[in-house]
Amino acid sequence: MALARAHAMALVGVRGHPVEIEADIENGLPALLLVGLPDTALREARDRIRSAVVNSGETWPQRRITVGLSPASLPKRGSGFDLGIAISIAAAAGLVPAARLGGMVFLGELGLDGRVRPVPGVLPAAAAAVGAGFATMVVAPENAPEAALVPELRVLCTPSLGALLDWLRGMPRPAVAARAAAAQTAAGSAATEPAAVRAAAVLIEPGAALPDSVIAVSAAAAGPDAGAAPGAAPPGRDLADVIGQPMARRAAEICAAGGHHLMLLGPPGVGKTMLAERLPTILPPLELPAALEVSSIHSVAGTLPAGRPLLTEPPFCAPHHTATKAAIVGGGSGIIRPGAASLAHFGCLFLDEAPEFARDVLDALRQPLESGQVTIARSGLTAVFPARFMLILAANPCPCARASTVGSTCTCTPIVRRRYLARLSGPLMDRVDVKVELLPVGRAELLSDLQLAEPSQVVAGRVAEARTRAARRLAGTRWRLNAQVPGPELRRAFRPAPGALVPLERAMDLGEISARGVDRIVRMSWTLADLAGVDRPGTAEIGYALGLWLGVGL
Amino acid sequence: MNAKDELGRLGEQLAADFLERSELRILDRNWRCPDGEIDIVALERRTLVICEVKTRSSGRYGTPLEAISARKRVRLRKLAVAWVQAHGLFYDEIRIDVVGVLKTAPGEFSIEHVRGVG
Repeated sequence: MALARAHAMALVGVRGHPVEIEADIENGLPALLLVGLPDTALREARDRIRSAVVNSGETWPQRRITVGLSPASLPKRGSGFDLGIAISIAAAAGLVPAARLGGMVFLGELGLDGRVRPVPGVLPAAAAAVGAGFATMVVAPENAPEAALVPELRVLCTPSLGALLDWLRGMPRPAVAARAAAAQTAAGSAATEPAAVRAAAVLIEPGAALPDSVIAVSAAAAGPDAGAAPGAAPPGRDLADVIGQPMARRAAEICAAGGHHLMLLGPPGVGKTMLAERLPTILPPLELPAALEVSSIHSVAGTLPAGRPLLTEPPFCAPHHTATKAAIVGGGSGIIRPGAASLAHFGCLFLDEAPEFARDVLDALRQPLESGQVTIARSGLTAVFPARFMLILAANPCPCARASTVGSTCTCTPIVRRRYLARLSGPLMDRVDVKVELLPVGRAELLSDLQLAEPSQVVAGRVAEARTRAARRLAGTRWRLNAQVPGPELRRAFRPAPGALVPLERAMDLGEISARGVDRIVRMSWTLADLAGVDRPGTAEIGYALGLWLGVGL
Repeated sequence: MNAKDELGRLGEQLAADFLERSELRILDRNWRCPDGEIDIVALERRTLVICEVKTRSSGRYGTPLEAISARKRVRLRKLAVAWVQAHGLFYDEIRIDVVGVLKTAPGEFSIEHVRGVG
């Protein structure tokens, strides 16, 4: 048989697209031609695959081989196609029965020695494979736990190309097995090569527990600091650590309950960063659909911890203020990578020293803040990354940061102070719901607050309760949090108590708030009502929300 | 004569015998011009065949067919034109073939003929 087909998955953003790999072997001088918009990493597959096949103890067809990847117009990137290309060539050369490749998707990079290496983005690819009607996915053992998260998918994890060929043939070839045994006794090679590479392929049925061998491999890949999820708060952090700032702690609770955005303003050392870093401790763990979505994004970014494929804690992402636009919203040359905004999906995006960020970087956040997703257009494809995060901004009041202290020794001129905070553009600040000023505290206040500061667990309980109330009210809609409800829907279905809107109308007449501001304040008032356990927001909630919105006199 | 040249001559002889068995008529062998050398010029029906023979004593450094690079194919095309011009003959079609001769055991060779490579 001169022509054979296998399937792989291309990723556009966090969506997988099936790719058909055709291998055609014809008479001609030995060559491997790869067509169908491959990038550099994929073009190099030619050299990797040949070595991998030969070093797996197979014969490389000394013919002219054409490999076509279709749809040809979809740009294909990365090394994940290696395995599919190798298998399609093996089938075309008659090394494995081509009929067995139906319903299978292959995803893995090949080492020159024939081992199968893990690739990023397996989770979204696996989800797309099920959607496209594939029954089985073939991955490296390190990727198996990730692929096995998708129900209804059989996962075949193979440590090497040779093991996969054996599995497809239905038996290990005695000659190869003998050679492997011989190599094992030869001390030199056995010492450098892990035994797992020569292990057989293992099929994991949907819903079945992972075999010990797979767990061992992924645990080994995880290394010593396994279990540290990206950005998850290290254990031992607690909201009660932030003493002397009861107002800010309350603001954090409100934001956590409703998914509102938060701005912390204050001089250094009052606890802005401390508070932001403890916000994840009062957020409820992610529910399964959200956890899968978040894990998919981190899978594409390659930041998923090995051996722990499902992120159940809300992510916390704190990019440095020198970050570029591509690092924050996503992009980059070649492979489109999700940015910090997407990595913080269903979690917190914390911008410390917010005015120090480049202005265009901050303004690029306006689209995801509004729509909950980032759209990146490139020639030939458009990638969409979900980016529904809680924005936390922290800023000093002025460059010298002594402005708000008692007996101020601030040396900044008024114009410098104005310019400093003006770097946070009006449209961006208009989208930040809660602005809270943190004031320096004296020793007496610290001591007295020590008894009042509640541990994260208590606050998280109230947050979870408020979120449950909101979810019950929003049942039957696409939204789960008050912050997600669009303005028109808010005005139609969720009206505050009669007369409660009077303070807002007055503030709007005075030009203090925009129409968007009114919507945001009403959303916050619903969160306050949820926290207080009342049925609908009244004048008190609206007034409180307006105060939080206006916050510091920015 | 070097051992490698001897092997090359032997390979060319084996290739020529092989082509004759495959109904090709040999017109010329080891034709030289300033641009290089054509190993075998043959005729298959009305097609002129310019044939390069590559011989290897083992597959250790790759198969003989792999040794035909893109540059070599370009050179063969130029040589084909040179041969036609030098002889003043015209053909319906000119084709470039490669014959790979690989020594598999002492005194045993495997021969592979690839048609139309350039």
